[in-house]
Amino acid sequence: MERTHSSDARFLETESRLRELLVQGLGGDSAAYHGFLKALGAHLRAYFRKRLFQRPNDVEDLVQETLLAVHNQRHTYRSDQPLTAWVHAIARYKLVDMLRSRAAREALTDPLDDDLEVFATSDTDAADAQRDLGKLLDTLPDKQRLPIVHVKIEGLSVLEAAKLTGMSESAIKIGVHRGMKALAARIRGMV
Amino acid sequence: MKTDELISLLATGAAPVPAHAVGRRFALALGLGLPGAALLMLATLGLRPDLAQAATESAFWMKLAFAACLALAGLVATERLSRPGIRVGYVWGAMAAPVLALWLAAVVALTTAAPEQRLGLILGDTWKSCPFNIAMLSVPLCIATFWCLKDLAPTRLALAGASSGLLSGALSALVYALHCPESAAPFLGVWYVLGIAIPTLAGALLGPRILRW
Repeated sequence: MERTHSSDARFLETESRLRELLVQGLGGDSAAYHGFLKALGAHLRAYFRKRLFQRPNDVEDLVQETLLAVHNQRHTYRSDQPLTAWVHAIARYKLVDMLRSRAAREALTDPLDDDLEVFATSDTDAADAQRDLGKLLDTLPDKQRLPIVHVKIEGLSVLEAAKLTGMSESAIKIGVHRGMKALAARIRGMV
Repeated sequence: MKTDELISLLATGAAPVPAHAVGRRFALALGLGLPGAALLMLATLGLRPDLAQAATESAFWMKLAFAACLALAGLVATERLSRPGIRVGYVWGAMAAPVLALWLAAVVALTTAAPEQRLGLILGDTWKSCPFNIAMLSVPLCIATFWCLKDLAPTRLALAGASSGLLSGALSALVYALHCPESAAPFLGVWYVLGIAIPTLAGALLGPRILRW
């Protein structure tokens, strides 16, 4: 009983701390948002690792895909809603989506794959994603890639990025927004 | 790219999210889809010539009220289905209520009518075209609501698709009511409901294909 109480309390504490960070992040506080994503990433990793024990190599890919989805869809969070419910629904959706498309693909491939998988598994690189989002970013068209590189990776302001590239400020903002969506679409396409 | 690098990338320069982002998206979608359906109706079917006369009859307003209530329930359900982790809950009841009320009115009308008039109450003059006209007028609305959902995060894709199809179909019925000369409850209970069911079913089938995110 004691234990349940303390784990409940810990859960509530996490919920309210993360919720606070997200709400600040949605208001434009990028340091709070960074803290939110960082803590969320750790929770997602544990969640997926528990459910993908047969596919440890997929865990980090799914963590990254889910973080990108949370970011792109962050405007769907309703501030009166428990954060756990929102996050859990997204994580579960991404997990089911991945398993479903894997199952569809594997139904088409040689059954020998199952034997080879024994050698494919190894624990040392479990923390690395197999899919490199950096390489995927390089495949985006310049009007999306350049705004992301300058604003999101180099940390320039929208104005600075606009001056550097000769694009308008709104084109930079739209490029970042559409580019992040395009990145998520490319991930889905290659699963 | 390591996950920590991705997190930095996501957080750097993240723009604030405008208040009511979801509501605005729906307002924009319906603001484009509804005039689209109205223009399509005017261009292909036209207003009923006796509209001014019909507007004095309560049956005409009952027809509009049915479609409007169903559309409102459809809008609330679609909005909820477009957000992860929100339950639809009592809205299912609000969705069923206008249809059940209409069917109740239809049963009353049929049982009180003389037996030889009953078939006429059900078929009216336009039963052959009614469901297809409603389905046709729902196309601009379906495109608009699906476009809206594409930007949001439905986790139950078939349900979300069906719900946006129902919203589109109910609004389309509202528009079609300005053309359609029928107002008998038995007619509406069969052919209007069927007309709304077509985009609902199409939405359920298309949802899992189109709405993945």
